[in-house]
Amino acid sequence: MRVGAQIDVAAPPELVWAFVTDPTRTLHFMAGVTRWEVASDRDRGLGARYRTLMRVGSAEVGGLVETVEYEEPCDLAWTSVTGLDQRGRWRLRPSGPNRTRVELRLSYGVAGAGIPGWVAEQVAAPTVRGNLRRSLLELRRQVEHEQARRRAAARRAAAQRPA
Amino acid sequence: MPATRAATHNGRLADALTDTTNDAAGSTGIAQRLVQAVAGQVRNRVPTADLDERDPDFIREALPGLWLLASLYFRGEVRGLGNIPEDGPVLLVGNHSGGNVTPDTGVFILAFSTYFGVERRFHQLAHNLVLSMPGLGFLRRFGTVAASPENAERALRSGAALLVYPGGDYEVHRPSWERNRVDFAGRRGFVRLALEHDVPIVPVVSIGGQETALFLSRGEGLSRLFGLDRLFRLKVLPISLSLPWGLNVGDMLGHLPLPAKITIEVLPAIHLRDQFGGDPDVDEVYDHVTRTMQETLDALASERRLPVLG
Repeated sequence: MRVGAQIDVAAPPELVWAFVTDPTRTLHFMAGVTRWEVASDRDRGLGARYRTLMRVGSAEVGGLVETVEYEEPCDLAWTSVTGLDQRGRWRLRPSGPNRTRVELRLSYGVAGAGIPGWVAEQVAAPTVRGNLRRSLLELRRQVEHEQARRRAAARRAAAQRPA
Repeated sequence: MPATRAATHNGRLADALTDTTNDAAGSTGIAQRLVQAVAGQVRNRVPTADLDERDPDFIREALPGLWLLASLYFRGEVRGLGNIPEDGPVLLVGNHSGGNVTPDTGVFILAFSTYFGVERRFHQLAHNLVLSMPGLGFLRRFGTVAASPENAERALRSGAALLVYPGGDYEVHRPSWERNRVDFAGRRGFVRLALEHDVPIVPVVSIGGQETALFLSRGEGLSRLFGLDRLFRLKVLPISLSLPWGLNVGDMLGHLPLPAKITIEVLPAIHLRDQFGGDPDVDEVYDHVTRTMQETLDALASERRLPVLG
């Protein structure tokens, strides 16, 4: 099953990238995600691994995932090592001056689960899709807040600078 | 059971029945012979515990179906899985509900397997009768083994998480009006097991399972009358009102559970020697575990507004 969501953020791709690649921030904006722990020596970049869980229905599902694509500041993809079969992607593209189109995709399923597996994927889809949408809304709120904070800091610094 | 023990037991039963009428004694004798024949079959069918029968691939492929059942039918909710130590052997001690169909066990197996992954060894102890029942062989692939001290030791020694229900058949068939009561019937074996292997105890408290039918009586007298306690290690011959049977005596074929909301709370791990000293008193630990579980069950019960609906 493949679900996705996208949103426009009033900030440059570099700033959005800083948020989506920082594992310490993930739990703060990813809706439904109950665990996103670094499980490798490196905390980001190609080969970085994370233990992930998302609450869907009666269970927290996920597993160990590994970053398989890391192209600054536009593409980050991960795939599952253990647990639920999944492949996810952050796709960031400039959509205007100082604006970024952010897309979050997730494909998931359990190979070999047959008809119950197919039904479970369909039943879970609205919850997962809702989680992705809420995650993007929260990401936008946090990124734009950070953008505003940085601009204010720059203005204060300029005002304090001797003429 | 050795033949001499069975004969002695039958003799006692016969003595107890001498004051009944000949007809009644005759029919009871037939019933006993029938029970003994079934007991022989059951003994032959109880599989020897082979921990290797647990099949992670099978579990993984079964999880979506279990998830559908748990999420849509029982609206299962499991809290506090983070309280279970991340690795190493651990003794999960649960209260048992739902008669011979125990939805809380299914919901917990799903939650544990998705949270820690099917790669983590996880075994459950079940009554001999459950494992010998035709059609339930798949439970062994989930990691279920017959309840015995040897199997429990073997599982813990292998580094597995082990789920036990000390209350067993006694607790699982308690009347519906005792649904919010933890009742291990004084069985303290789990404490000794945890001490012997020096593993933490993690209490697992569930609510809702005893609302899946109307449980009327454990039928302990009936069980004694037919010698089920000796032959099958069955202390009870439960009587309930359940689907699709209506009046259900024995619950041997199971029943269709009502879609009661199942809520499970996993409590913080109890490290016995850290908490109770180098040589903990078994009774003290037992009282602590059951009291803690009862307090949690009371709290879960106070959250429930309506039976079944939750």
